[in-house]
Amino acid sequence: MQRKHLLTLIVILLIAVMALAACGGGKATEAPKQEKPAATEAPKATEAPKPTEAPKATEAPKPTEAPKEESVKPADEIVVYNWSDYVAPEMYDMFTEQTGIKISEDNFSSNEDLLAKLQGGATGYSVIVPSDYTVYIMIEEGMLEELDHDNIPNLKNLDPEFTKLYYDPGNKYCVPYLWGTTGVGYNTELLENPPQSWEGIFKAKESDPWYGRMTLLDDVREVFSAALIYLGYDNNTKDEAQLEEAKQLLIDAKKGVAGYDTDNYEDLIGAGENLLAHGWNGDFLQAADEYGNIDYYIPEEGGTIWIDNMCIPKGVTPEEKLAAEMYINFVLDPKVGDMLGEYNYYATPNKAALEIADPEYKENPLVFPPEEIRAKLHFIKPLGEFESVYQRLWDEVKSAQ
Amino acid sequence: MERLRRHPELQAWLILAIPVIFLLIFFMAPLLIVFVYSFLERGKYGGVEWVFTLDNIRRVFDPLYFKTFLRSFYIAIVTTLITLGLGYPLAYFIAKSPPSRRNALVFALMIPFWTNFLIRTYAWVMLLRTHTGLINVTLMNWGIISKPLPLYGNDFAIILGLVYGWLPVMVLPIYAALERLDESLLEAARDLYASSGKAFWRVTWPLSIPGVVAGSMLVFIPSLGAFVTPAILGGGKSLMIGNIISNQFLGAHDWPFGSALSMVMMIAMLIATLIYFRWTKKSELAT
Repeated sequence: MQRKHLLTLIVILLIAVMALAACGGGKATEAPKQEKPAATEAPKATEAPKPTEAPKATEAPKPTEAPKEESVKPADEIVVYNWSDYVAPEMYDMFTEQTGIKISEDNFSSNEDLLAKLQGGATGYSVIVPSDYTVYIMIEEGMLEELDHDNIPNLKNLDPEFTKLYYDPGNKYCVPYLWGTTGVGYNTELLENPPQSWEGIFKAKESDPWYGRMTLLDDVREVFSAALIYLGYDNNTKDEAQLEEAKQLLIDAKKGVAGYDTDNYEDLIGAGENLLAHGWNGDFLQAADEYGNIDYYIPEEGGTIWIDNMCIPKGVTPEEKLAAEMYINFVLDPKVGDMLGEYNYYATPNKAALEIADPEYKENPLVFPPEEIRAKLHFIKPLGEFESVYQRLWDEVKSAQ
Repeated sequence: MERLRRHPELQAWLILAIPVIFLLIFFMAPLLIVFVYSFLERGKYGGVEWVFTLDNIRRVFDPLYFKTFLRSFYIAIVTTLITLGLGYPLAYFIAKSPPSRRNALVFALMIPFWTNFLIRTYAWVMLLRTHTGLINVTLMNWGIISKPLPLYGNDFAIILGLVYGWLPVMVLPIYAALERLDESLLEAARDLYASSGKAFWRVTWPLSIPGVVAGSMLVFIPSLGAFVTPAILGGGKSLMIGNIISNQFLGAHDWPFGSALSMVMMIAMLIATLIYFRWTKKSELAT
């Protein structure tokens, strides 16, 4: 009898273990069955081509939407699909107080995550926050609703510079949320003179204190952009000879690199494990608040710039769309825009917000780089099928010994 | 109702229907989709174009990816052997403990699973870090080593992380097999003048083989497909096949090639499993 009990206990425990292991790791889900990723994305993928045709259809009958608008009431609740820790703490409550609309948030960890989820047919999100190149892809794939500018009067607060974006001129589909740069952060206690050129990073010598104590982002396009910018090439190049040169540079640099990290690099700098890291300005500045020993700069050859945006994905109801537009309008409010930017140490595209912002924030050159540095910042642009070439070169870098 | 009672077969089918339908929908259908996608052309930014091609399968045998396959196999095999070496004695110890204590020991084995795997992996990072990790700092402070040991960002760290993560999964099935073992068989062996070593080798080991096989499979398969551990403990400096597959879906937006890699990996895994089963069957018969 007792034996039987024990066996059932074990079987139950084993099942529990597998279940826990499966849901536990978040990304750790991978292991038991490789069909998993496809499983969530695949079933609806057959439908994916359809939306591509949709936008053209919806573009035409725009006037029909306007009269309907009158009768539509905003939804009681919307879900914002956002990067984690990317709002000011009071923001959602303020919005609910003002409009009676409740907000809940769900998080993604990369643009690729967001894209794959939505392509897989995830619904229920009313506002999403993709970066520039992902907005471009989503527009091309017909995944975004057009914004009704009548519902977003605060658009006038936007810096005119941000109405002429390469990926969405005229803000037809999206409104910039925050923007930032990719450069180098370092530990100011352990390193007095960080290399001012990318050369110090890609051609680090064993005598350099940061040799073996630096990380590069674990992101194919960011790392290749840095290498291509150092080599003096276009960071969105499709020239295979230039890419080959960049790949070789990265392979040679690998010995001096402690790791490729996108999640934890700023903490490793703060803790003194590494001396410098390739990363995003806001991450370093937030960590600087905590550790007090981190500074950030853009190497002399330049770096990358990115803009995160609020968009509305296809598939929302008219009520949700209206509520989402009200939320976008709320974020464009000068006070809210200022709160958001100052809390996150990222730059706000909201000109009216800057007028009332704390000088310490708006004059911080690490948040708002001066003109001569802005000129050296480049967007990472989507390259369609050519991205496979980048991915393969990156795999070569990663598997080089 | 009456009819049901008279036809036990029908009853059995009704009971089976739910798991069968569940498996068909949530196991077979995704597998089939992965299979079909392997032979289609990629969409520009994810998705597929419904055009037949063998290109994806051909690309799997690119030396770069093939090398990664071999490397992943190597890491998974080493992980399995180490967990077996550590797990068998542990399972034996638990099985031979007084019955009153066994449940508590099995319970203790499960405790790590209460914490998210990702968090436990980051905890290992804190221990293993080269310059500020607890182990290196302690050893340096005690003057045992003068230069930090390379504990982090290499294969050692990956295998350590995998062994740590999957050890309980190895122990449980072996324990289940040993716990069921009939003591009188060992008494009989001793009556026939078998030394305790021989009794173990001729009686205990063969009877525990089903547990060893189950445990090895449960460790080998997820280790082969791992991608979080190499990314975190390996410092992202080397690739396993799981990383390449996830990069195809997320980075390159190339779903068909990701599917083809998954398919080939599953087939390779299936072959490895069959060989392993054959081999254990043979050794079971031999002993």
